Amino acid sequence: MDALLQFIFSGVTVGAVYALVALGFTIIYNASDVVNFAQGEFVMLGGMITVFAHQAGLPLALAAVLAIIVTAAIGVALNKLAIEPARGAPVVSVIIITIGASILIRGATQLIFDKQLHRFPAFSGDDPIRVMGATILPQSLWVTGGALVVFAGLWLFFTRTLTGKAVLATANNRIAAQLVGINTGAIMTLSFGLSAAIGALAGVLITPITLVSYDVGVALALKGFAAAMLGGMGNPKGALVGGLMLGLLEALTAGYLSSQYKDAVAFIVILAVLFVMPQGIFGKSSTERV
Amino acid sequence: MMAGRRKWLQLGVLAALIVLLPLFFPSGYYYRVGALIFVNALSVVGLVILIGYAGQISLGHAGFAGIGAYACALAPQHLGLHPGLAMLLGALISGVVALLIGRPILRLKGYYLAVATLGFGILMSMVLTNERALTGGPDGMSVEDLGLRAMLRELGWRLSGGEMWYGVSGIALLIGAWVALNLLDSPSGRAMRALHGSEIAASTVGIDIARQKLRAFVISAVYASIAGSLLALQNGFITPDVAGFMHSIEMVTMAVLGGVGSVFGGILGAAILTFLPQLLTVFAEYEQLVLGAVMILVMIFLPQGLLPSIGRRIGRKGE
Amino acid sequence: MSLLEVSGLGIAFGGLMAVNDVSFAVKPGEIVSVIGPNGAGKTTLFNMISGIYRPGRGAVRLNGEDVTGEAPHRLAEKGLSRTFQNLQIFQEMTVLDNVLAGYHLQERGPIWADLLSLPSMRRRATIARDGARALLERVRLDKTEGQQAGSLSYGSLKRLEIARALALNPKILLLDEPAAGCNAVETEEIDHLITELAGSGIAILLVEHDMKLVMRISSHIIVLDHGEKIAEGDPATVSRDPQVIAAYLGAGQEEEAEC
Repeated sequence: MDALLQFIFSGVTVGAVYALVALGFTIIYNASDVVNFAQGEFVMLGGMITVFAHQAGLPLALAAVLAIIVTAAIGVALNKLAIEPARGAPVVSVIIITIGASILIRGATQLIFDKQLHRFPAFSGDDPIRVMGATILPQSLWVTGGALVVFAGLWLFFTRTLTGKAVLATANNRIAAQLVGINTGAIMTLSFGLSAAIGALAGVLITPITLVSYDVGVALALKGFAAAMLGGMGNPKGALVGGLMLGLLEALTAGYLSSQYKDAVAFIVILAVLFVMPQGIFGKSSTERV
Repeated sequence: MMAGRRKWLQLGVLAALIVLLPLFFPSGYYYRVGALIFVNALSVVGLVILIGYAGQISLGHAGFAGIGAYACALAPQHLGLHPGLAMLLGALISGVVALLIGRPILRLKGYYLAVATLGFGILMSMVLTNERALTGGPDGMSVEDLGLRAMLRELGWRLSGGEMWYGVSGIALLIGAWVALNLLDSPSGRAMRALHGSEIAASTVGIDIARQKLRAFVISAVYASIAGSLLALQNGFITPDVAGFMHSIEMVTMAVLGGVGSVFGGILGAAILTFLPQLLTVFAEYEQLVLGAVMILVMIFLPQGLLPSIGRRIGRKGE
Repeated sequence: MSLLEVSGLGIAFGGLMAVNDVSFAVKPGEIVSVIGPNGAGKTTLFNMISGIYRPGRGAVRLNGEDVTGEAPHRLAEKGLSRTFQNLQIFQEMTVLDNVLAGYHLQERGPIWADLLSLPSMRRRATIARDGARALLERVRLDKTEGQQAGSLSYGSLKRLEIARALALNPKILLLDEPAAGCNAVETEEIDHLITELAGSGIAILLVEHDMKLVMRISSHIIVLDHGEKIAEGDPATVSRDPQVIAAYLGAGQEEEAEC
């Protein structure tokens, strides 16, 4: 029982990170129909930039804010320099472009920083909190709390603000959105910036627990994608549920089955979801028109 | 008839290149580079069939290269099979695996297909990395010698390892290109290109779409598997990287860089991306940076790939 | 006996009945036209008959055999062929290859023969190529056989699609607006072609907006409105039917805008 609770704690913590990565996928996918394989790199950048800004003498909070801003700027640049010029290209091309971007960012990071593993201190110390025989790190609370705040904030943004509604309208029907005067180009820029910032925040929150190095992005992107698919591509609620479910599945697999193959869970989930319910939990089905 | 003549002309040019290129090699080391180019090109030709003909993407084909490579490493050791037969066994296993997973996977489209194939590739490399007892884990394992060099020596033909593998890989590539060109101008090839153009129209003229996609997937898997085997045999050593995500991506990038619509585009892409890191060895740290930049720039500025874009430019000048 | 028999066919999209309870039959050599205002469900009906949509209810019989919901390529094997209202051409392939694709069922063979370019494959391909060239001549596209299909004009693509559909050597041919976008001369040609095909014993099911063409060549007309069959009969009967006139008057402006 204690063990189970322990696995649930760690599952929810990683799950929250997957949910944030999945949310990043969802935002960009909704605005532009692009699946951004460089999403994991945003998380990596969030962690790495914070580490080096902090080492350079900046207070941790300021370093984190700087990391989020810089990463958001990189997200916007990615859209402007690589995605927009290829508008209308076939899916294969877009896949190659975003994978190319992820390799480029990884290559640049190892040149500018280094190839070592890094961490910075947890926000509220490293003394575990005891809960019913299991323990939880204060940083885990920061991660889950942070994720919940982001999801709540975004929900308010999409339902209460004009800009948020414009994003939803663009996701629904780009041409119709243009016709009613929405600047869909600006929406795309906003989506990439927002998505990168969310990724970076996830990186800032999780680094004290899992550490960061230039190559952690690929695995995170793939798991975030698995989570997004599990929940139903393009649905923020699905991203949250999918992320948490994947995190729990992974933690339970590691605990009860095999820690070596815990990373396989994400891909088995992807394949299972695709074969059994291609629309995910919250997705809608569509009919092809001739 | 016209198409037939063109096919032999293209193959003739390729054969001439393979034979004449060594005249310009500054050192014996380049035989190794050449052999590597041919092996990569072989797996890329398989992807040209899958992506270029049939229009289906795979981000997991390194998984099949892994099957081919480890078949050559494991079968001689555990089953006492000759490495050459192990290569065929690997191709058979890859084909069967492709047949089994292809059926459900190929119902998917676009991003979903990309991620499902990627998932397969990663599971494959995870198994190779984790089953240490069998595969030696991330450190890899050694591969038995093919014995071809010794055989040739007995026939009085003394070749260095590099020279021999240059020849063997070159012949394998020629055969691979010949088969791919045959397919292009055949009923199956036409059916694949047709479903690439419009799945609905293809099915209404009687093309069994699922079956044709599966054929392309299985054929390309066998190409990747044989290339993986050749790689293992010529290196005499293999690590799970051969099945890794990056290898899959490199394969697709090579195909797309040269021009995924044509066999020779794929070969050109393989040649460039294999040779580039050799040039950059001094700047090894820049390799990822350059690879990423090349992928983005080519897709934006030469979406059809190098070969068709060059061809079009020449064509325009001719007019 | 009827070649194609449709009974009680219906399908709903998002709760709305797009086609509801439509029944009719087509005999060999007959030209049956489906007419009706835009959005009446004509193309949806075609898509159900040709296996692209699975009907929600009802049945489709081909030669007496129940083929409801079978995949398009199975129906093609059983002698059903079609064209599309909004053109489904293999743009990147040559004109000749487009028609050759229509010969798929006749030229296909074991995959080994294709991979190794065995003589048996080349024999099959040569027969198909000769047939495809003859068809291209028939629709006057023989001069363009080496061009990329995407470079042809709209009218030529319409004819190319008919040639491809004919390559299957069909027993029944579904033509979805073959004359749309064609000038008077081209329409006249299509008129002749359809009559000729019917004369050779092929059953024709036609959707067409050109009423003059429909009235001239149809042996039987089905009128759809809001997904339901509101009338049927020979051209003279249908054109006098008050319900048909009402449906067309209601949608009269749209029709004119299109012509």
